[in-house]
Amino acid sequence: MNIVITMIRLAIRALLAYKVRSLLTMLGIIIGIGSVIVMISVGRGANESIQKQIQSLGANMLMIFSGSSQSGGVRGGFGSAPTLTIRDAQAIEKECPSTLNVTYVLGASTQLVAGKKNWGTRSWGTTANYNLVRDWQVKDGEFITEQHFRSAAGVAVLGSSVAENLFEPGEQAVGQQIRIKNVPFRVIGIMQTRGRTPSGQDNDDTVLVPYTTMSRKLVGDRLPGLVHFIMVSAQSQALVETLKQEVEELLRQRHKILPGMTDDFTVRTLDEYANMAGKTTNTMTMLLTAVAAISLLVGGIGIMNIMLVSVTERTREIGIRMAVGARSRDVLVQFLVEAMVISLIGGILGTVIGVATAIAISALAGWATIISLDSILLATLFSGAVGIFFGFYPARKASRLDPIEALRYE
Amino acid sequence: MDKPVISFKGAKKIYPMAGESVEALRGVDVDIYPGEFLAIMGPSGSGKSTLMHIAGLLDSLTEGKYLFDGEDVSFISRDKQADIRNRKIGFIFQSFNLLARCSAQENVELPMLYRRPAESNLHEKSMEALRTVGMENRASHLPAQLSGGQQQRVAIARALINSPTLIMADEPTGNLDTKTGKEIMNTLASLHEEGITIIIVTHDHEVGQATRRRIFLRDGLIERDERQAQSSGLTSP
Repeated sequence: MNIVITMIRLAIRALLAYKVRSLLTMLGIIIGIGSVIVMISVGRGANESIQKQIQSLGANMLMIFSGSSQSGGVRGGFGSAPTLTIRDAQAIEKECPSTLNVTYVLGASTQLVAGKKNWGTRSWGTTANYNLVRDWQVKDGEFITEQHFRSAAGVAVLGSSVAENLFEPGEQAVGQQIRIKNVPFRVIGIMQTRGRTPSGQDNDDTVLVPYTTMSRKLVGDRLPGLVHFIMVSAQSQALVETLKQEVEELLRQRHKILPGMTDDFTVRTLDEYANMAGKTTNTMTMLLTAVAAISLLVGGIGIMNIMLVSVTERTREIGIRMAVGARSRDVLVQFLVEAMVISLIGGILGTVIGVATAIAISALAGWATIISLDSILLATLFSGAVGIFFGFYPARKASRLDPIEALRYE
Repeated sequence: MDKPVISFKGAKKIYPMAGESVEALRGVDVDIYPGEFLAIMGPSGSGKSTLMHIAGLLDSLTEGKYLFDGEDVSFISRDKQADIRNRKIGFIFQSFNLLARCSAQENVELPMLYRRPAESNLHEKSMEALRTVGMENRASHLPAQLSGGQQQRVAIARALINSPTLIMADEPTGNLDTKTGKEIMNTLASLHEEGITIIIVTHDHEVGQATRRRIFLRDGLIERDERQAQSSGLTSP
């Protein structure tokens, strides 16, 4: 024990004897560890904010898209062949036991006019429980009701971005008349602000009207009963996967899809979105961390370089220690401890700077950063390991010196 | 008479050089007994340094036999050599060889750091050793703050700290002026009085005169082995 404390003390004294040199040597480790910490915290922050955005899409929700169209060899994307109908949605509600709420939407590009202002956006025809499935409430007025739905009423609920673009700030939007594709509508509500989707689209740049109104007055009855998406919420988080299987089975039956055939629809859970997004951010985090790790490697080589110089400079000291009875291992340990002290101090400084930088980034750039204890511990341990790894070669060189040669060294 | 501390039989040391090899020792037989105060002398190239290095277990023989304290140490491992150096041999060098960044006391403690099993009362022991050489007031000085003679005293204290069987001094007065050199020789002589075996390697005849036995080496062989009952009076017993 005595010898370990003495060795650490000696190592610190050796480092203090060459302050500038030690600091420059540490710089590689400081930058390396610092950037690892920053990269991990930025990466985790980005991941978490994306996961939050995905959860904001709805509660325990499934999205069902119609499958891709195929004419000749050309395949359209999801939703290009409208195969889903209101009847599918009704069947899901009736026959899938894990269902809580079902809604569906039919969309169309529309031009909106309110007074002298106009705005182009996508309008969606939907049902009265859309707000339940999406877990998205109105902030002003009311949502579409069963009554509106049945009577195909000319009412519209605006996303907050649309309301901002059609009305002056402070102007009362609810109760105003607007025209969608020249059809008059009365604004009955404004949705709460939701922000952006993970893919960067504005959730709030949308208009909701009753499905019946949409189908009859805005898109016409060319496609009776067709919908773009069906959204289903499960009774609980645990039942989301079960519900997905129930829905898939039911739709295969209804669409007469035999085993071996391709489904003409796609069911996605939010978890799947979360996983996809997580994979993307993880890849980015790993990439950035790899770059940071390379700077650690360079820092380690710097330590090896300085330790080699130090071993040469202190050849005589090594000779003296050996003459008074230091075994090879004692010398090896001494130089390893020294390399480790350099890289550990560098690692601790790097951690402090990394944490400070991460905090500064989230304060200045507004990025979410997450500083976790495990990344700090990991960085510190890793810096110690770098010291041992890159200190080993010089230390072994020192331990193998011939005592007589070492004592003669000038 | 006691068993010899050091016993060489047919000791040879050959340094392989490019082309030809150099025979530094060509068959040395010598016994050194406990309590001796001895000088190994000879011109440079005579093999005296080589003999000291091997006797001090800093180097090994190429051929022959070396018994240290009755134990055959002719071909033991480096670690074993280090342990014997640590416990049984104290070294004193011409250029003092103190660690520049450590205080006098820390320098004295150095051999104790490598002692197995470790000892606890480091500070008391090192102060006691410093007192023996009259340096207790300079314990916290760095070597650079000490004169040559004072540094050599610290080195002697370091050699004494593990209570060695033997002290080996390589030209201990070589870097000192005559007066200081004599003081150092007096210190060594008084350690000898206390019963410690001392071997000095030197080419300085005056230093040699202070000892009780002189071995003259020439070209790797013992040329002469002089014993003297009484030293020349440098010490005043």
